[in-house]
Amino acid sequence: MNKRLLILWVPLIAYLIFLVVASLGLNRDQQQVVQSRMIGKPVPGIDLPAASSMKPALSTKQMADGKPRLLNVFASWCVPCAAEAPQLAQLAQRGVRIDAVAIRDARPDVDAFLKRHGDPFQRIGLDARSTLQFYLGSSGVPETFVVDGKGIIRYQHIGYIGPQDVEMLMQKLREAET
Amino acid sequence: MIAEAGLAALWLAALLAGAQLLFAWAAVAKGNADALRLIRPVTVAQGVLTGLAMTLLIILFLRSDMSVYLVAANSHSMKPFIYKFAGAWGNHEGSMLLWVAVMSLAGAAVALFERGLDKRTHIATLGAQAAISLGFYAFLLLASNPFARLDPAARDGQGLNPLLQDPGLAFHPPTLYIGYVGLSVAFSFAVGALLTRQVNARFARAVRPWVLAAWILLTFGITAGSYWAYYELGWGGWWFWDPVENASLMPWLAATALLHSASVLATRDALRAWTIMLAVVAFAMSMIGTFLVRSGILTSVHAFAVDPTRGSFILILLGIYIGGALILFALRAHTVNEGARFDPVSREAMLVINNLLLCVILALVLIGTLYPLLTEMMGVRVSVGPPYFNTIIGPIALALMVVLVIGPMLRWRKDDAKLLLRRAAVPGGLALLALIAIVGLSSRAVGLLPTLGLAVAAALALASLAPLWKRNLLRTPLFTYGMVIAHFGCAVSLAGMASESAFSSERLAAAKPGDTYEIAGMTVRLDSVMPFAGPNWTAMQAALTVSKDGRVIGVAHPQARFFSDPPTPTTESVQMTRWNGQLYLVLGEALEDGRWQLRIWWKPFVTFIWLGGGLIALGGVLALIGRVRRERRNSKAQASAAAAMVAA
Repeated sequence: MNKRLLILWVPLIAYLIFLVVASLGLNRDQQQVVQSRMIGKPVPGIDLPAASSMKPALSTKQMADGKPRLLNVFASWCVPCAAEAPQLAQLAQRGVRIDAVAIRDARPDVDAFLKRHGDPFQRIGLDARSTLQFYLGSSGVPETFVVDGKGIIRYQHIGYIGPQDVEMLMQKLREAET
Repeated sequence: MIAEAGLAALWLAALLAGAQLLFAWAAVAKGNADALRLIRPVTVAQGVLTGLAMTLLIILFLRSDMSVYLVAANSHSMKPFIYKFAGAWGNHEGSMLLWVAVMSLAGAAVALFERGLDKRTHIATLGAQAAISLGFYAFLLLASNPFARLDPAARDGQGLNPLLQDPGLAFHPPTLYIGYVGLSVAFSFAVGALLTRQVNARFARAVRPWVLAAWILLTFGITAGSYWAYYELGWGGWWFWDPVENASLMPWLAATALLHSASVLATRDALRAWTIMLAVVAFAMSMIGTFLVRSGILTSVHAFAVDPTRGSFILILLGIYIGGALILFALRAHTVNEGARFDPVSREAMLVINNLLLCVILALVLIGTLYPLLTEMMGVRVSVGPPYFNTIIGPIALALMVVLVIGPMLRWRKDDAKLLLRRAAVPGGLALLALIAIVGLSSRAVGLLPTLGLAVAAALALASLAPLWKRNLLRTPLFTYGMVIAHFGCAVSLAGMASESAFSSERLAAAKPGDTYEIAGMTVRLDSVMPFAGPNWTAMQAALTVSKDGRVIGVAHPQARFFSDPPTPTTESVQMTRWNGQLYLVLGEALEDGRWQLRIWWKPFVTFIWLGGGLIALGGVLALIGRVRRERRNSKAQASAAAAMVAA
């Protein structure tokens, strides 16, 4: 068979590959979250302006200060973010340092959000174009990262922090101290 | 009894489809004369029966017959009339029935009106059409019966997704569906032509109206869908590269390529095997699109009911039809002659480049859409978003637009490169002027792609009119006008996209009544926020006064709506259209001390995006009418010539 004839089979082969991938994909279990590939790697260093008139700005370049912390990815327009506020407040009361990134947000909105839902944060950066979020490998809001004292991401919590997650996060923070 | 009658009509139609396939085989392979006579009535009867079944389903929805499962699950007696009507196809079963109905009505039309094709290819086409229909009948009757009863009957229905309660969306999916079905007809033609080895200009002329019709509907459907996403979602964007959007874009890209290669085949008898391949790919893409959307294999913002069984069913159909067609292609394509030759500097050559670029874009969209699935096999979860698509596809699409500037200036078969340079000088100069103007006059940094986009749009707008230059405008055929308008529409749309991405401005505010905001030389004042009640929703409604230079331009009422059944909040944004752009206003949620979230965008010339889409579709309509009229006149002329020969 000459080359020209072989070429005619190429579409069929490409198509068969698609069919195999699709049928395998169809039978897999539907897991809806995408874990960040940044776990075990340093937090990407980015300077963000202050997201609130009441809070200092956030530079993720200064995260390696010896003590672990939480980095909360939230937005004032996000309903689950408001729902996790009591849990964040509880964590802050127990002495956890929490920095935050407000995604695609505006300063007045963040101010109103903090007034309404409480303010457990130390610093809040405004990530207007989702830049830091992109580099963190975060795919939505809210998400919470456990960052250790060397500035390494140790754990990623996807979705809202429920009351049952508080102890788990405390445990992750303790693990991050070692 | 209506539901049972509908089901009976469907079964009967499925039997007829089986008969149609059998008769087609007997007529083409065995030369059976009885089968040849029977096939057309059978095809038409099948069309009538499925049309009846669809009508009966619509009647069930209009009567809110809650003893039918589909009605109870998707409708509500309080729903406005138009949405009861549209509810008939706003769900999986109904939309599959719509697909089958349109498909067999199209089959009937092919049986009744197709005259140009030779008899055997015509019958083989009807056979292929029957084979496809059979698979869909099986799917409908065995895995998604739209007429299933609910016992005991429901008290009332479960409503329809409130986001879908929108006149645009009621007619958006069927438009796309009918477009897909049109591509299935083109596919059947291609299979028929391969079976009888009659891939030639006659085949291209027969298939072209179907491709055009499908392409018009897809163009229209995508344009409408994009506008719907823009105003209904309240996110301010007009294309999100969501898998479901891509699923509608991919068949359109293939159909656009097919349309142009069929033109080459019809006019110059070249690109034979390639045209067949594109016809297969176009239908494959519409089925893959349906598969991706309905199987829930990819995560999408479009939350369709997900059912892996249905996904498997579509996948099996895909395997049989497209796999079969590709095997047939591999076996038969080398027996298809290459067709006429052409020079590297010719209109054919430009159309080949156009086809290649469209196919590259298609491949990249397909890969981007399927990539998350692929990497997942290897244990890595990623999502592919707008950054990939915009970066990769933007430049290629721009190159495509440059080809579009040059292509129509060239003659068929062979042209002179020097003459081309002279012809392209004026649009080229205009593009350069536009480039200088944007870089020189713009007060802020404009991205490279939008800048080039605006320059190319300027060149294209002028060049698209070139085919009318020095021609008698009254004697210019309608399909030439169609081409000119469609290409001009591309320029308009491109200008809109580039302008929106380069010059939009945005304000986010926590506003209390009395606050004013400045944007693009206009003043937006929040007057009040009041409760407001609709037929099946309640809302908080803002009153915003927009003024310019102290004069009031208009009052806008964006709403934050709440639907009661099922409980769902939505935003109802308001767009105020000015000649040079749109003011896009969204009311967000209530903040404390009487403030409200307010989003204000100014999007210059954003309307051009959809205006261009509309022009492209309109160009298609004119081309379709022009082609059909020309074919009819030709066949009449042939008939009278034949009569004259007999008389002589």
